[in-house]
Amino acid sequence: MARAASARRRIAFTIIGWAVGFLVFFPILWTVLTSFKSEGTAIAIPPQFLFFDWTAENYATVQSRSNYLRHMTNSIVISLGSTLLGLLIAIPAAWAMAFSPTRRTKDVLMWMLSTKMLPAVGVLVPIYLLFRDFGLLDSRAGLTAVLTMINLPIIVWMLYTYFREIPADILEAARMDGASLGKEIVYVLAPMAVPGIASTLLLNVILAWNEAFWTLNLSTSQAAPLTAFIAAYSSPEGLFWAKLSAASTLAIAPILVLGWFAQRQLVRGLTFGAVK
Amino acid sequence: MATLHTRASARLMMAPAVILLLAWMIVPLGMTLYFSLLRYNLLMPGMESFTGLGNYVYFLTDPAFGTALANTLLLVGGVLAITVIGGTGLALLLDQPFFGRGIVRLLVIAPFFVMPTVSALVWKTMLMHPVNGLFAWIARSLGFAPVDWFADLPLLSIILIVAWQWLPFATLILLTALQSLDEEQKEAAEMDGAGAVSRFVYIVLPHLARAMTVVVLIETIFLLSVFAEILVTTNGGPGVQTTTITYLVYMQALLQFDVGGASAGGIVAVVLANIVAIFLIRLIGKNLDR
Amino acid sequence: MGSIVLDNVSKTFGDAVVIPAIDLDIADGEFVVFVGPSGCGKSTLLRLIAGLEDVSGGRILIDGEDMTETPPARRRLAMVFQSYALYPHMSVRGNIAFPLKMAGLASDVVERKVADAARILNLTDYLDRKPRQLSGGQRQRVAIGRAIVRDPVAFLFDEPLSNLDAALRVAMRLEISELHQQLKRTMIYVTHDQVEAMTMADKIVVLNAGRVEQVGSPLELYRNPKNLFVAGFIGSPRMNFLSGEAARKLGAATIGIRPEHLALSTSDGLWEGKVGVAEHLGSDTYLHLTIDGVGPLTARMSGEFAARPGETLRIAPEAGKIHRFDDKGMALS
Repeated sequence: MARAASARRRIAFTIIGWAVGFLVFFPILWTVLTSFKSEGTAIAIPPQFLFFDWTAENYATVQSRSNYLRHMTNSIVISLGSTLLGLLIAIPAAWAMAFSPTRRTKDVLMWMLSTKMLPAVGVLVPIYLLFRDFGLLDSRAGLTAVLTMINLPIIVWMLYTYFREIPADILEAARMDGASLGKEIVYVLAPMAVPGIASTLLLNVILAWNEAFWTLNLSTSQAAPLTAFIAAYSSPEGLFWAKLSAASTLAIAPILVLGWFAQRQLVRGLTFGAVK
Repeated sequence: MATLHTRASARLMMAPAVILLLAWMIVPLGMTLYFSLLRYNLLMPGMESFTGLGNYVYFLTDPAFGTALANTLLLVGGVLAITVIGGTGLALLLDQPFFGRGIVRLLVIAPFFVMPTVSALVWKTMLMHPVNGLFAWIARSLGFAPVDWFADLPLLSIILIVAWQWLPFATLILLTALQSLDEEQKEAAEMDGAGAVSRFVYIVLPHLARAMTVVVLIETIFLLSVFAEILVTTNGGPGVQTTTITYLVYMQALLQFDVGGASAGGIVAVVLANIVAIFLIRLIGKNLDR
Repeated sequence: MGSIVLDNVSKTFGDAVVIPAIDLDIADGEFVVFVGPSGCGKSTLLRLIAGLEDVSGGRILIDGEDMTETPPARRRLAMVFQSYALYPHMSVRGNIAFPLKMAGLASDVVERKVADAARILNLTDYLDRKPRQLSGGQRQRVAIGRAIVRDPVAFLFDEPLSNLDAALRVAMRLEISELHQQLKRTMIYVTHDQVEAMTMADKIVVLNAGRVEQVGSPLELYRNPKNLFVAGFIGSPRMNFLSGEAARKLGAATIGIRPEHLALSTSDGLWEGKVGVAEHLGSDTYLHLTIDGVGPLTARMSGEFAARPGETLRIAPEAGKIHRFDDKGMALS
């Protein structure tokens, strides 16, 4: 390929690439911009893109009027809690399946995957009734438990694919070298498994943070995470675009940053290792 | 490695995960199955009675069911078409070297990390609002009449929102697959006299076929459960124009408190999802044997 | 102190019998090579000795002591893996020191032993590097270093050279042989490469489908292979096998003659053959010939031997070097 042609090509693709990227990202950008407008500017026609009176008052209002911090805390507690709980249950299981597989290991993995494919509405009624009867409706504990179960198959699978990449040879070498099971875990397995565990944690926090079926159906106010809180803006307050934008920006910003770090793991995690 | 000692401890280590998931699957599903055979409404406590397949007959013959099934298929099919085609295009674009490619990739995948309620509300209000929305302004500036998205094209509006959320997923997976394509294969094809289009059709597309299948199957699993986007935008309306199976079951359960009917609907949804799941599980299982 | 005895040892995976039942005596200080085609059970046998797999039957004695049920760490064996199995997150120093740390040795003793091992293996300059910063040969040496520091009663090698390129393989082969002479410890070495087996072993164990085909010194196996399998496996280029009329004349079902035991001339010889391809290695020339009614044959001649493709030559097998086998493939004396 000729040099000049490839340089021109590169410039052309730079323009197209940035234009497309901008378009796809625009709704998010627009939300962030609107969050700094006054309510009047937010609905102004023609729209104001950059040259308006920037204000941070929406962020203050969102917190003072709606106890925003509590919902943020709920989101953090539920997503982090369910992920950590899931890891606690999944790490031993994934380890066992990766390092001492039996003929049934594959079936177990496949079965776990199939539970993930169970549509939520299939179990909505009994879960709702059980939650009602056990007083778990609108409780952080209840939501954490449900999200743990929802994401457990993904956690097991992700960990399994990571653990399987650790050569069994190395663990055998450690055993030949006289390491007990405990020392094998501390000195050899953990240092090699930590990156995989961290990626799994990251992706599952994201998934739990954005989960919007169970959180909407099982929480109302006290335990409502951000998903449910934002949904409340759909009714009358929906007209307060600037405040909606401020609340939305706060809700998506942390997870967007985490997501950008987790982009590689996303593929592996959501395809159950089918695409790497 | 597979000594007796480790095998016994392996079972022990798997037990919590297996038992919990088993309980999570069997208990509620069993209850759903049981409720689906009862006449059972929360507004009429103590009136439960066995009704056999009555709920199923009622659910399946409800005219809303036909609409909901069609809506579900349209939603899933529409989003799949947009994301797979758009995702392939974006993946091909992001596979080209250009300045700032890394940043553009971050921009493109960002929508996936936006929670469904936020993206639905942002699209509904600030973009698709018939008067103050950005789309309306663009249409008027170009001399067209603005579209009242949620009144005139409610299902399409939801399809667009959901497709925007899932476009990054398809892009990222197809891009990953694209980058795993052996460069020498493309060069060999070039030596064999294949032009850019033939190279795409004969080399790239077959290579992407597997990844596309994965995208289709996994998205289908998630799209069958689309809920928040409908709840915060149309509430299933106008009428039942945007009611999907998932939403129909939700309405029966938590708005009409018809436990029996909702359970029957839930079982129908499970059966529908299983049809897709069988294919997906087979595909992933094949991959596991590697 | 490093004698190893396998007493009727067998291994089955479910219904699949990998190793039927093997008896084997390995003397202290001996260099024993398990050789055979892939899937013959040689690695499994090594792992049984290491304790990484449970035996299905029989006993394993190490230094006269029954170690059948002893976990790998307490068998006082060291193993070098095919993939080297270095700990990727530890430096070279950390890798070599690991078994000593596990044994709970004082840090100054650890330091000294690691330094000694590094000196023997020319790794002193690399002690602070991570495995991924090393070449294949260096990684191999780290794996050996990790084995040496434990001062084991025996070393186990599982195809340790198969990931190296040809030149390095020859060099490392020599290094391991030298190490054996220096340490005078029992070494069990698994390979599929008969050249490695011939050059390194005191004793070769030829395995096929889990069975021991023959045990003996390299030259014993070369001179007196017990059966067709060993005859064909040991020696390169491979022994020529002829059956039919040529074999029947000598009272055998099959006869075998090594390429180096054939003389070619234009004048006299038992058979007449046509030259196909001639491979010139410099030191040797391998001639691939076809004999009418008998089949293809390979002859190994000196490097200067000139032959044109298509030329007809007389072939004379060296007297007393013809191996005869019966219809079950066993050698006839």
